[in-house]
Amino acid sequence: MIDYQSLRFDYRRHADQDAAAPARHPVVIVGAGPVGLTLAIDLALRQVPVVLLDNDNTLSSGSRAICFAKRTLEVFDRLGCGDRMVDKGVSWNVGKVFFHDEQVYRFDLLPEPGHERPAFINLQQYYVEGYLVERAAALPLIDLRWNNKVTGIEQSDDGAVLTVETPEGEYRLQADYVAACDGSRSNTRQMLGLEAKGRVFRDRFLIADITMDADLPTERRFWFDPSFHPGQSVLLHKQADGMWRVDFQLGWDADPVEERKPENITPRVRALLDSIGFEGVQFRIGWASVYTFACQRMERFRHGRVLFAGDSAHGVSPFGARGANSGVQDADNLAWKLAAVVQGQAPDALLDSYASEREYAADENIRNSTRATDFITPKSEVSRLFRDAVLELTKRHAFARTLVNSGRLSVPSVLRDSPLNTPDADAFSGAMVPGAAAADAPVVHADGSTGWLLRECHVAQFTALVFGQGEAAERSLAELRASDRPLHVVRMEDGARGSELAARRYDARPGTVYLLRPDQHVCARWRAPSAAQVRGAVDRALGKH
Amino acid sequence: MTASTPKLITDPHLEAPDDFYEALIDAHQGLSTQESNAYNARLVLVLANHIGSLAVLREALAAAK
Repeated sequence: MIDYQSLRFDYRRHADQDAAAPARHPVVIVGAGPVGLTLAIDLALRQVPVVLLDNDNTLSSGSRAICFAKRTLEVFDRLGCGDRMVDKGVSWNVGKVFFHDEQVYRFDLLPEPGHERPAFINLQQYYVEGYLVERAAALPLIDLRWNNKVTGIEQSDDGAVLTVETPEGEYRLQADYVAACDGSRSNTRQMLGLEAKGRVFRDRFLIADITMDADLPTERRFWFDPSFHPGQSVLLHKQADGMWRVDFQLGWDADPVEERKPENITPRVRALLDSIGFEGVQFRIGWASVYTFACQRMERFRHGRVLFAGDSAHGVSPFGARGANSGVQDADNLAWKLAAVVQGQAPDALLDSYASEREYAADENIRNSTRATDFITPKSEVSRLFRDAVLELTKRHAFARTLVNSGRLSVPSVLRDSPLNTPDADAFSGAMVPGAAAADAPVVHADGSTGWLLRECHVAQFTALVFGQGEAAERSLAELRASDRPLHVVRMEDGARGSELAARRYDARPGTVYLLRPDQHVCARWRAPSAAQVRGAVDRALGKH
Repeated sequence: MTASTPKLITDPHLEAPDDFYEALIDAHQGLSTQESNAYNARLVLVLANHIGSLAVLREALAAAK
């Protein structure tokens, strides 16, 4: 078994370092974390060569982002590495919230059947990065350079020149576009004199990985003011390899250095385990960290030829698992647009929609994250008064449970107001509005074999879902063909067992067509489209209107 | 605003104003200020749930300023 935590990747000298003039590449990505790797793989699958620079030669140190959401798994599926993540990770849908030592609330994040992926898996970030690195290594178009630290950037109208420091000295690189995926303390952001602004929360939290042999269900457990850690919150969550994540709220006055010491972590974990009936269970403490956080974002995610994605662009509190998940969705949103632009299929302006769509999503994530944080760590007397009132009422009144906020967990943003959407001309009901990420559903093929709707979508192209069969469906198919746009057509025939769920989720009738962008967001839908409407919608989604 | 839009009632609406007021004060009997504050917070939440409509609640938040 590979120990991903201790993996070291070799620095290799590249011919670019000996070039007389800086070599030019269509896309250079700064930072090989989950976001940069996702973006690189996605671009390579679209036949765009990528240079991916990382400032060190290791994967994530510590488990860090452990909760990977359904939507992220669907993106990883599209990139060809979702199965490994899900096989290794711990799948979960249920969360329980305790006040004092009593359960007051239980939520199921995926209460309906008919989805390939669970609401979440928990998997240590080093596994996610490791699997992405291995996926990237199988793609010759990705040139991943370890120990390549960007120390300078100069922008012009048609690109940027990067100065890169290596163990063998500096060299320069030209890029048509630069994606800055270099984390919350983004060097690229600082070098361009840009800031992420927002709210810093004055509280400290201890997170630790503990390894133990305990038979607990794989659910998220969150305590407000438990007897074993009075006045604060605690989170317990299972990861892969019999590892558990504990998260103790400590308050602002806690000493981050002292609290990280194993002799101070041990009694806290012991008290937690004793209180849930694991008095005899032994545990080992692994990685631990004391963190603070801010909810913040850059004002704009695009600055000329530089695009910011992930933590470099926005930051949230960890409650809600909206950090890495939103970063992967940034990459998902950016990759197809960047590919379309560098391959001359779309104008440069399409990249403006990356910024506007993901700024909107960041606001949504920050809003949810801030609300959860205000509930978990009330920062004024009156805020604590109402928080405690809610928790007290949960013991007697069902309504109060809906107010309990231990983190509203990551779901993809509905890009309702995106300029890439074609507004509905026909009446539809349900959740699959233009801008929504396409919902999964089981599919049954004509030959009786089964699959999943999202797996049928094209890795790189626009997909058209055509529902039903018979005359209406044939008419829609003919119009799609006549539209003269490269579309991957997926038939969703009714009648076959299992397919009615898809029809219901999409409020489909025979002939209904959904146009999905390459990132699987709905951008248009019709009951009976014309070729001209389809053409218009594809062109609009490519920023050509 | 259409007829079906819920709207905060600020005209007299209490069935028995004096009885309600007495009951409200009675409910706080024997509570410390801190306990009264906590009780009021719970009461606001209970009443808010009864109202339900966010639009009406926003009007109420403004009306009480």
